[in-house]
Amino acid sequence: MRMATNHSVRLRICWRALALQAACTAVLLGSAVAQNAPYISGGGGFITSTKGGNTTYIPIIAPEFVGALGDHVMVESRATILESYFPRGGGSPGYKHDAFLGLSYLQADVIANRHLTIVAGEFLTPFGTYNERLSPIWISNFEEAPLTFGAGTMGTASSVGCMVRGTAFSSDEVNVDYAAYFSAASTNGQFNAERSSGGRVSAYFPKAGVEAGASFSRLLQNTHENFFGGHFWWEPADSYFRLRSEFAHAPHARGYWLEADYRLAHFGGERSVLGRLEPVFRMQQVFRNALDAEDGMPSADTNRVDFALDYHLPHAVRINTSYARELSSNGNRNIWQTGIVYRFLFPLWRDK
Amino acid sequence: MSHMQKFIGGLIVIAVLIPALAQTEAKTRTKKSEAAQATSAGTDDSARGQKVFEQNCSRCHNAPEGFPPQISGTIVRHMRVRASLNAADERAILRFLNP
Repeated sequence: MRMATNHSVRLRICWRALALQAACTAVLLGSAVAQNAPYISGGGGFITSTKGGNTTYIPIIAPEFVGALGDHVMVESRATILESYFPRGGGSPGYKHDAFLGLSYLQADVIANRHLTIVAGEFLTPFGTYNERLSPIWISNFEEAPLTFGAGTMGTASSVGCMVRGTAFSSDEVNVDYAAYFSAASTNGQFNAERSSGGRVSAYFPKAGVEAGASFSRLLQNTHENFFGGHFWWEPADSYFRLRSEFAHAPHARGYWLEADYRLAHFGGERSVLGRLEPVFRMQQVFRNALDAEDGMPSADTNRVDFALDYHLPHAVRINTSYARELSSNGNRNIWQTGIVYRFLFPLWRDK
Repeated sequence: MSHMQKFIGGLIVIAVLIPALAQTEAKTRTKKSEAAQATSAGTDDSARGQKVFEQNCSRCHNAPEGFPPQISGTIVRHMRVRASLNAADERAILRFLNP
């Protein structure tokens, strides 16, 4: 009788242990899966731009979807939806407006191994740094892209095809990464791209906060052209100073931009009244030796300086204000821009 | 039972219990040490994650002010592709975002 009782007690303990283990496993699996829920991110805002006395008003939203499928596959996409209101011109009073809805990219990423990620679909062309890193409206310090932005990104800034990218070498001292792509020609309204190929390689030294890299791309349709680029970033550790620069060389033009910003967080921290302020300076020059509609750069020699004061409000809201003076063979002009941008980030569905 | 027998019996019980207690104490110490090491490793990983975050993600944008933990894995994987992070850095940032 006692043996039978002991046996049933052991069984009960055993079942409870198994149940506890199963519950723990379920919780761990659940938490692991729960961390990979898809989300919507991006920015929305309202921008005004006054060029040579004409003001354009642009409400804009640029949502981005990111979803993980299993441990190695990810799907991501970004769209831009905007409506621009601009003067009718020609002496007519009032405003006209144009709507725009377009996909910046729609790609599938397959993380093959620690050195290689394969990307397929429509993706941002990996030339320089601005297109991939700084173009989202909630990241960029200025409302306008640099003058050299079109060079190497083939005007569309997006490619349709495949890309391989990843880290070639990584240590505490240096991180070397690469990207190489091929794009087919596409005249589809949402997936517009030129036939081209190219890539980028860069070395990042985290202790020094220095990154240097080179880019190359070749247009493979109409007039075949080569584009070369270089970039240099310096962001010293434990400092709010950042220096970013790029150089681009096209067959008939070349140019650079250099941007420096310093957030005044040393005065009371990032959340102080003064610490939320970020003065930014950008200098750009483009030198042209012949007209070329393919390279996406200004049609004449252009010098431009931009001054901005950005203010980081709570709840991921930012106010950007900037003044630029553009000196060009086509005419000089002042450019005033203001914008309020909100960065959002939320899961596609709520956790139970 | 005489006092001597009780005394010897008591000694035997103590002799058996002391090693058992000692072993239990050793196991407890080992567990505490392992737990401390695990906590330390977690803290180290989290600190490394913060460093990786500052050296990579923060170079382009500010950290989000907050987000539900259910999307942290997707965010980090997205950063892995965008910033060409390696797997170890991805894990460290995930630990930093979910300490």
